[in-house]
Amino acid sequence: MSEAALEVSGLSVSQGGQEVLRGVGFQLPRGAFCGLIGSNGAGKTTLLRAILGLLPSQGEIKAGGRIGYVPQKILFEPDLPVRAQDFVALGLDGHRFGLAFPSRARAEKVEAALRAVEAEGFAGQRIGRLSGGQQQRVMIAHALVRSPDLLLLDEPLANLDIKAAAEIIALLKRLSQESGMTVLLSAHDMNPLLPVMDRILYLAGGSALCGPVQEVVSTEVLSALYGYHIDVIRVHGRVLVVAGSGDGHDHRHDHEHVTAIP
Amino acid sequence: MLEFLQSGPVQSALLLSAAAALLCGALGLFTVLRGQAFAGHALADVSSAGGAGSLLFGISPLLGFLLFGVAGVAGLEILQPRRAAGRDEAAGILLGAGLGGTALLLHFCVTTHGAAGTAQAVMFGAMFSTPSDTALWSCLLAGGCLAVLALIARPLLLASLDEELARVAGVRLRALGLVFLLLLALGVTLAAMTVGAILATALLIGPAAAGLRLARGPLAAALLSMALGLAACWGGIVLAYESYGWIPGRTWPVSFFIVALLLLFYAAAGLRRRA
Amino acid sequence: MSYLVEIWLAVGLVALAAGAAGYIVVIRRAGFAAHALPMAAFPGAAAASLFGFPLWAGLAGVALSGAGLLALVQRTARRDAATALLLALLLAVGALCLSLSGHYAGSVYGLLFGQVFALGTEDLPVLGVIGLCVPVLLFLALRPLSLSALSPELMRVQGGRPFAMEVFFLAVLALAAGFAVPVTGALLVFSLMLGPGAAAARLCGSPLPGLALAMGLALGLAWAGLGLAFLTDWPVGFFTGVGAAAIYLLVRVKTG
Repeated sequence: MSEAALEVSGLSVSQGGQEVLRGVGFQLPRGAFCGLIGSNGAGKTTLLRAILGLLPSQGEIKAGGRIGYVPQKILFEPDLPVRAQDFVALGLDGHRFGLAFPSRARAEKVEAALRAVEAEGFAGQRIGRLSGGQQQRVMIAHALVRSPDLLLLDEPLANLDIKAAAEIIALLKRLSQESGMTVLLSAHDMNPLLPVMDRILYLAGGSALCGPVQEVVSTEVLSALYGYHIDVIRVHGRVLVVAGSGDGHDHRHDHEHVTAIP
Repeated sequence: MLEFLQSGPVQSALLLSAAAALLCGALGLFTVLRGQAFAGHALADVSSAGGAGSLLFGISPLLGFLLFGVAGVAGLEILQPRRAAGRDEAAGILLGAGLGGTALLLHFCVTTHGAAGTAQAVMFGAMFSTPSDTALWSCLLAGGCLAVLALIARPLLLASLDEELARVAGVRLRALGLVFLLLLALGVTLAAMTVGAILATALLIGPAAAGLRLARGPLAAALLSMALGLAACWGGIVLAYESYGWIPGRTWPVSFFIVALLLLFYAAAGLRRRA
Repeated sequence: MSYLVEIWLAVGLVALAAGAAGYIVVIRRAGFAAHALPMAAFPGAAAASLFGFPLWAGLAGVALSGAGLLALVQRTARRDAATALLLALLLAVGALCLSLSGHYAGSVYGLLFGQVFALGTEDLPVLGVIGLCVPVLLFLALRPLSLSALSPELMRVQGGRPFAMEVFFLAVLALAAGFAVPVTGALLVFSLMLGPGAAAARLCGSPLPGLALAMGLALGLAWAGLGLAFLTDWPVGFFTGVGAAAIYLLVRVKTG
């Protein structure tokens, strides 16, 4: 059982003639809680889709066990005749042919998944009428119902207010601790994840770095990843990654220009 | 009332419309969820060319409609771009070409047979003049299509909610979409024979839109939609039968009653939800 | 000879209006609405003949109420489902009026497929107004129509009213098509819209050349169809319908 939950090496993905990921390699041990961090367009979604096998890619991807996936926000119309419990049931056997025969085992699995995300209260409501945070919970339950070993989440915190985002993070942490499930979730801001993640996978310029937060998020390491000078500033327990006119060489025109990279 | 039920044309009409309504009610739910109402409408219009063709060549209308409905699916597969954004224009182009074909075939009908009422029969339906064996065949066809739809219902629902989720779960989206389009073509073909090619869309979309407003779960929505479609069709036939004496010398088209009932259901469903 | 010139002129005017409207239809993804709204001519004309009020009042009244109804229902229901229901309503009411007024059969063919060669001199002024006004109106509203199609929210931020633009666009579409349809048939108007519009939208990057190209293509398609119909005695709608599909496919293959 010592093998990694996810092992990626030499992964390259091109889209529309452009290389989005170049030689990405990393390992996640079982039970890791890893944040996939990078700015918009850094290739977070591309990496997740490549791991899921949805994109043609070069390199090696080894996932030990079943993968669960929570895509970025799905637009559910309010008149969609699909209750939260129906949606979770589709996670269990939505790919099977034929109508579902109501069975005790099936109902129990769905119920357990809904309970795990604390969504029993609105299980019978139409999914399109739920709030963003409630929908996110149901989508996680949809992925959980087949008891995955590795859970991939694409920007689960986007579109959520601070309170709902904190609840989702706590929920994911608890799930990973209870079941030993490995979690990889993408976010453009690492700060809400700092208290819970034990690893970080940082994407920039098509390359990735993976390791404990303290090791990766430092001025030297991230500067090397970006290929130009980066300042990592820590204020009140928050981390700011700032691109400045530090080395002057590449950015002669950027005089006083400072851009925060979230 | 007994006299009504013993009439041969009425029996055929009841059977034919039941087949169309039950199949279209179930298909319509997915059609609305997948945003394919226009594609469904285009397929109905294309199948009308088959209706005109069957009149011209003297073959069974069911065969003619079906042949062109399936040809329409092939056309849609060729024309439709991969991205969803361009699907609307592709359906429109197909519709134009299909109606163009209908125009030509109807033109030949009129010039060779001198049959004047054909456009009306093909476009607005002629269910009271359907032979009884055609009605039976339609029922068998509808039953078969419903069975196939039940078979693909779950992956189809998942794919209609989110294609990516379905792909991750191992659903073959392209094949699934094609099977659904074929079912859709068969469904609107039956509806085209019942209420006419142009009004087939009403039977496809009306019950489903009302069902969506009322039901919470997918199965309930499908069953409700089927029931509403059936009620509208049979109600429409009864009303058309009753209306013979309302204004002497004038007939009320059955298509009108069916559509009116469907819209009534849709409006009532909206009120009920608000209440 | 002058009779033929009149027909060429009339079909050309319809093509100009349809081409311009078609381009906007494609960028606003309103293909279904463009198919459904012209059908307002059916109940409009039928109701006018049944109740005995002037034809233009029937056409304009039904076309405008159809456009308003569609704009309203689109806000609460799914767009294509709302369009489908409107289409059904228009056709069913039209069928009822025609049936009650007693001359049913011939009108259906004429409404759908048109009888171009039965055009009269009295049709020209109406078509002239449509052929000139629709392109000018759409040209004037090109920017807000494009912006509200791309992002209703951006439009609102900039102080525009996307709902008003939708109503305006649908009303122009319904009026133009509503008056052209009894003359040329719904099929001709519709196939002159979508094929050229979709081709122009794919070939041109910016709105103005797109609008011009769509009008040019529609004109060429209409006149080619008319010529072929004259030679073969087959319906014009067949040639324009199939021709529109051919143009579209050609451009699709070329642009990939």
